[in-house]
Amino acid sequence: MLRTGFLGNAARAVASGSRCDTVAASLTALRNAAPRESIKPSTHEADKQSRKFQQLQRRCFSRSAASGLAASNSQLQAQFQGHLPGYPTSPYLTSLDSSFFDSVRANESQVHGPDGRPGTGIPTFRLMDGTGSLLEGVTDEALEITQEEAVKMYEKMLLLPAIDVILYNAQRQGRISFMMTSYGEEGAVIGSAAGLATTDEVFAQYRESGVLLWRGFPLDNLMSQVFGVHDDLNRARQMPCHYSSTELHFHTISSPLATQIPQAAGAGFALKRSKGREGDVAVCYFGEGAASEGDFHAGLNIAATTRSPVLFIVRNNGFAISTPSTEQYVGDGIASRGPGYGIPTIRVDGNDAFAVRAAVRGAKKRALANSTPVLIECMTYRVGHHSTSDDSSAYRSKKSVEDWKKMDNPLHRMRNFLTQRGWWSDAQEEETTKRYRAEVIAAMTKAEKKLRPTLSSMFEDTYTELPANLQEQRAELARLVKTYGKVEHWSKELQKHEEQGKDLEKFLTGDAK
Amino acid sequence: MYTAIREAQANALASDATACVFGEDVAFGGVFRSTMGLAEEFGKDRVFNTPLSEQGIVGFGIGMADLGHTAIAEIQFADYIFPAFDQIVNEAAKYNYRSGGQFSAGKLTIRTPCMGVGHGALYHSQSVEQFFMAVPGLKVVIPRSPIQAKGLLLASIRDPNPVIFLEPKVLYRSSVEQVPIDDYTLPLSSAEVLQQGKDITLLSWGAPLYSCVQAINALRNPTGALADLIPSDVRDAEVELIDLRTILPWDRETVAKSVSKTGRCVIVHEAPVTQGAGAEIGSFLQDKCFLNLEAPICRIGGWDTPFPHVHETFYKPELVRIIDALVRTLKY
Repeated sequence: MLRTGFLGNAARAVASGSRCDTVAASLTALRNAAPRESIKPSTHEADKQSRKFQQLQRRCFSRSAASGLAASNSQLQAQFQGHLPGYPTSPYLTSLDSSFFDSVRANESQVHGPDGRPGTGIPTFRLMDGTGSLLEGVTDEALEITQEEAVKMYEKMLLLPAIDVILYNAQRQGRISFMMTSYGEEGAVIGSAAGLATTDEVFAQYRESGVLLWRGFPLDNLMSQVFGVHDDLNRARQMPCHYSSTELHFHTISSPLATQIPQAAGAGFALKRSKGREGDVAVCYFGEGAASEGDFHAGLNIAATTRSPVLFIVRNNGFAISTPSTEQYVGDGIASRGPGYGIPTIRVDGNDAFAVRAAVRGAKKRALANSTPVLIECMTYRVGHHSTSDDSSAYRSKKSVEDWKKMDNPLHRMRNFLTQRGWWSDAQEEETTKRYRAEVIAAMTKAEKKLRPTLSSMFEDTYTELPANLQEQRAELARLVKTYGKVEHWSKELQKHEEQGKDLEKFLTGDAK
Repeated sequence: MYTAIREAQANALASDATACVFGEDVAFGGVFRSTMGLAEEFGKDRVFNTPLSEQGIVGFGIGMADLGHTAIAEIQFADYIFPAFDQIVNEAAKYNYRSGGQFSAGKLTIRTPCMGVGHGALYHSQSVEQFFMAVPGLKVVIPRSPIQAKGLLLASIRDPNPVIFLEPKVLYRSSVEQVPIDDYTLPLSSAEVLQQGKDITLLSWGAPLYSCVQAINALRNPTGALADLIPSDVRDAEVELIDLRTILPWDRETVAKSVSKTGRCVIVHEAPVTQGAGAEIGSFLQDKCFLNLEAPICRIGGWDTPFPHVHETFYKPELVRIIDALVRTLKY
């Protein structure tokens, strides 16, 4: 899905998301023009303002109801607004003479182009073009990046497909049950990770393992999670790719979409109240499909009203499984919703890892300085299938995917950027990919040989203690394993677990002994 | 009872600098006055209004708890907890388990008014404990009085697991007693035997306990029209009355011990009978007390309809229905 604003726009948008702010400011001006002035005794200036407002209403979005209701407005405005003493009063007072909007785009006249397609949306922030050359006016200094960090970013970006290709095939061979790849989104994920501190609290959806890898998550831990073995930090309870790490401030991934969004708001609020954490923010990743969930609305709104420092990072990759974004929303992507919640917003080229990094760094500064959430929409493309349970050729052509990989590939861009500066060579590329392949295979082979956790561990952590019903059920399983442990499909499975089920013997009760 | 709940929250806020109270309209004292003066006493950054979004409130509370802060969330009526069902069932309850104990929502407590109030109809009357009784990882607690409310709420707030604390709203103003000013807790997952007896066990929780007491008294000394309806040979029956207090994980030992002794059991709740908490308890008892049972376990609750407006008297398990259940079970 190509957007005019996506590939066509150069660096005219700036990192601060100023175009969004401009849009918001013009709306504010419209709202305030007449009604706020009309409370005061009528003056020449106020009349002029009022006329201007009505003209704008008619020109842009007026509906007949608006002008009819306007008359009673000043009375209502004058009434006490019902705020508690000491509580801040909203500048956007309840008013009956509202205008009607069907767009928050910068230029109203371009909302619908001649072909009926959306015109100029919120522009996309980029620093380099599709070949990895910096855009006009962007300097190496402006990137604020060292050779060391740029190379590290590219290396971590390369690690993702190295893991993806091996685990994807492992799933195809039935060695693991499930897998989701990051193809095409390496720039958005690593770029954003590079813009954060390693102590920022991350709430991810499921396609952001790059953040963990950037923070140094060992391949052994990753493989233990995927294979569900005894040393998995999650104790082998979740499906593959549902990673977490307290040490790396990466909160457990869960399958229900968007649930992490209001949770990140609460975490941001808690950070704000934690001594010693003043420099940290909560970071919440999700896809454009998840943004249709009610929790997106709940989370952004509550983060805004509680003034919680949270970065909401949307990976808009064009698809939610088979659903193209044209069936996900009609507005200008996810970014256009930010200003509606009073949230500073920026849209970034997600295949430009440096632009994502710069946007995230700018957003974090803003979030901390102004105590506000910030919304970042990374425009990218899901090159891989949704998951190993999905064949995306059923709903999009293989050619379009191939075209996309050639036309706009975050890895190629980054590689070109580095080689242009002599920071990277073909030899390094070959050495790195070879080494990664060997490391990933070694970690996978190691994890594959490990045993699963004990059977009795299945009951633990439901509560911090083990209630009576769970104690009884554990004893019941102990009895069953003692009696039926030799039944073929059970005995085969028992071999895969630590202690082969013998750990349950100590929980046998009464006659079962 | 609303003052006791207010006091429990004040104790929690005073003893724990990370604790915050939030929800819809809690800042001015709450629609039931349960948070009165807390914002003034502890500050607006610790007691604050949220936008009107139940899934947002619970998700936000989980996020706070996840970072080790104590989150005391209010849902204005239990009837409106369902938008947060996903956050409670899929997230809060499973947070600790799914992360292998790395992350927990245990510092979250969700307070919400529940049960009938005389005229609350469909959406200001519901009992919701049975929905959450089926969710491993959660605790569900219901107090019967001010002393209970304060002690159980403080225990819930400090329990290292997520707790849903259901407050029978009809008791907010009607239930009055002397409550210790001190900070104290009462144990969770512990039923309380309110009255010893040897002939029949009467088990309930929350507001219907008051109807149970009325029924026990009326059984012994029936007056008016009831006098002709209560057989004389059941009037001396000694009823053992139990307040379950915690619905999940519930005190199976105390209840089973009582029913093994009496051989008869009546379970009373306001929620509809089908798949109400009584179904779980009754099923457990027939398994554990099979040889001791002398009558079928009797469950009475709301009918299997939505909670009605003008028919409330005939919908709830009040005095008449409880007496009838006691008599039938004793005479079986």
